[in-house]
Amino acid sequence: MTTLAAQPTAPETVPPTTPRGRRGKPRGARGMHGGWLSYLILGFALLISAFPFYWTIVAASRSNADLAKVPPSLLPGPNLIKNFDAVLEEAAIGKALLNSFIVSGSITVGTVLCCTLAGFAFAKLRFKGRGALLTLTIGTMMIPPQLGVIPLFMLIAELQWVNQLQAVILPGLVSAFGVFFMRQYLVQSLPDELIEAARVDGASTARIFWSIVVPVARPGMAVLGMLTFMTAWNDFFWPIIALSSQEPTVQVALRQLGGGYVHDQSVIMAGTLLGTLPVLLVFGLLGRQIVGGIMQGAVKG
Amino acid sequence: MTLTATAKAAPRAPGTGSDDGRAASLRRTWQKLSPYAYIAPFLTLFAAFGLFPLLYTAFVSLYRVELQTSGDMEWRGIANYTALFTDEYFWTSLRNTFTIGVLSTVPQLAMALGLAHLLNYKLRGRTFIRTAILLPYATSVAAATLVFAQLFGRDFGLINYALGLVGLSPVDWQTGTVASQIAVSTIVVWRWTGYNALIYLAGMQSIPGELYEAAEMDGASRWRQFIHVTLPGLRPTIVFTVIVSTIGATQLFGEPLLFEGSISGGISHQYQTLGLYMYEQGWGFFHLGRAAAIAWVMFVLIVVLVGANALVARRRARKEAGR
Repeated sequence: MTTLAAQPTAPETVPPTTPRGRRGKPRGARGMHGGWLSYLILGFALLISAFPFYWTIVAASRSNADLAKVPPSLLPGPNLIKNFDAVLEEAAIGKALLNSFIVSGSITVGTVLCCTLAGFAFAKLRFKGRGALLTLTIGTMMIPPQLGVIPLFMLIAELQWVNQLQAVILPGLVSAFGVFFMRQYLVQSLPDELIEAARVDGASTARIFWSIVVPVARPGMAVLGMLTFMTAWNDFFWPIIALSSQEPTVQVALRQLGGGYVHDQSVIMAGTLLGTLPVLLVFGLLGRQIVGGIMQGAVKG
Repeated sequence: MTLTATAKAAPRAPGTGSDDGRAASLRRTWQKLSPYAYIAPFLTLFAAFGLFPLLYTAFVSLYRVELQTSGDMEWRGIANYTALFTDEYFWTSLRNTFTIGVLSTVPQLAMALGLAHLLNYKLRGRTFIRTAILLPYATSVAAATLVFAQLFGRDFGLINYALGLVGLSPVDWQTGTVASQIAVSTIVVWRWTGYNALIYLAGMQSIPGELYEAAEMDGASRWRQFIHVTLPGLRPTIVFTVIVSTIGATQLFGEPLLFEGSISGGISHQYQTLGLYMYEQGWGFFHLGRAAAIAWVMFVLIVVLVGANALVARRRARKEAGR
């Protein structure tokens, strides 16, 4: 049996991608300029997208009494730092931020690594049971992990991991989507000839992986990494089950804030703002790539 | 070493022959096994934390398991299920999941389709627009819900204030069944419309331009082009988003939990979803076995809904092709 598949003969679960991008002539609606009405409607949509963020800043920088005024004040006030202090003290947001960085960082690194390894094997190596394993992986992609949460909790309790960060990190490393994504990426962007040439030169599979596959896969790994980080940062259901206020992630702390322990609305909004800022920062820096990744994924998926 | 050479080499019994032969056979064995080393990290984690919990849920649902002593399991047969089906709150949450699902999915996808159509025009600053429209997607459920819970406040909420400005009386967004479900759905719509718009946009851009040119030559208006070229070309994408949104709606949890911070989904369970009901049974009342039964019901529900979606899509596609 050969180690490398000469041709990707795996069951084609995905329709071949149509060539995208501009092909000379402008196409249909895409060639037409948007009229003023398009801008008006889109502008309105952007306003609705952005307003809750603006309002968070306004509410987080005012006093609780300000928020109960009629008419409400729509401009930021002077209390931002004071409210930050209050929420850092009352809801352990500082520790939560640190924990969230640890958890999301580990999950991102681990997921990208695991998924690139497995994606490479599914795309380019040939082994017994490949088709079946790939089908199993893709088949469970659509099943929400939330449905397995009870046995998962029993397992974590058995391991005495409740309230410890690894209880959130390890299950977070499982990404069927990531494997599928990296497989698709490598099937399309890594020519078999490149691997075969390296084989002829006597390179081992491990060598091929590090010096050929990883460099080619890097853009895909970056997109997967960004999406994974955002998902991990924002994950809600499992962390509130596995962790508590003693060892919270940001989402666990926000749940605590919303659970009635803190009554000051402006303090709650200050906590929300602090917990959202890191992803907003990532989004501000890499928004274009994230948009590209989602649209790419849509065409591939 | 070429691959074909390896494949052609006659299998040699291990242990026989010279050291050289042994080394070669070792190498062959490793070559056969090494692909498994690449999938092993993923597969191990997947088996332990992905597949096992999903399958074991069905098993746990037949036992009595308490949260504090989750190691002790007592056989109950289908008692968890019968208890479920005689609990009126189960039916309430099933109904709520359905109505909130419709209230959130339908407007979300319809608006996303419209926005995608606009985004498909040549626009100034289109990268900015696309990024900004995706901003809500980057927000966590918890953060978004806390902000909206405040905007929907009964006495001092901005939304009731705005309603007052246009002469409408304030709405009690928490207590009313319809009102609270609209409020909860609004959060979902806000977070996911931009995301779906980008998915549709990607689908629209892969429709061949020649189809539009042909339609234009036939004198089709923009609207008719949208109906007869864009929509059919977008069908697979639409099916995909409907399925994903349906799955998301079935397990809706964070929004109803944090809207008022109560695990019963409002004072009379008026916006409790199945996901929240499961959490209440498991982590509010400590009945893990019962919670597992709810998870299993949700799973069956998802399978049925996705199956129905796929069936309808296939039938429509066939009808279209027959025309």
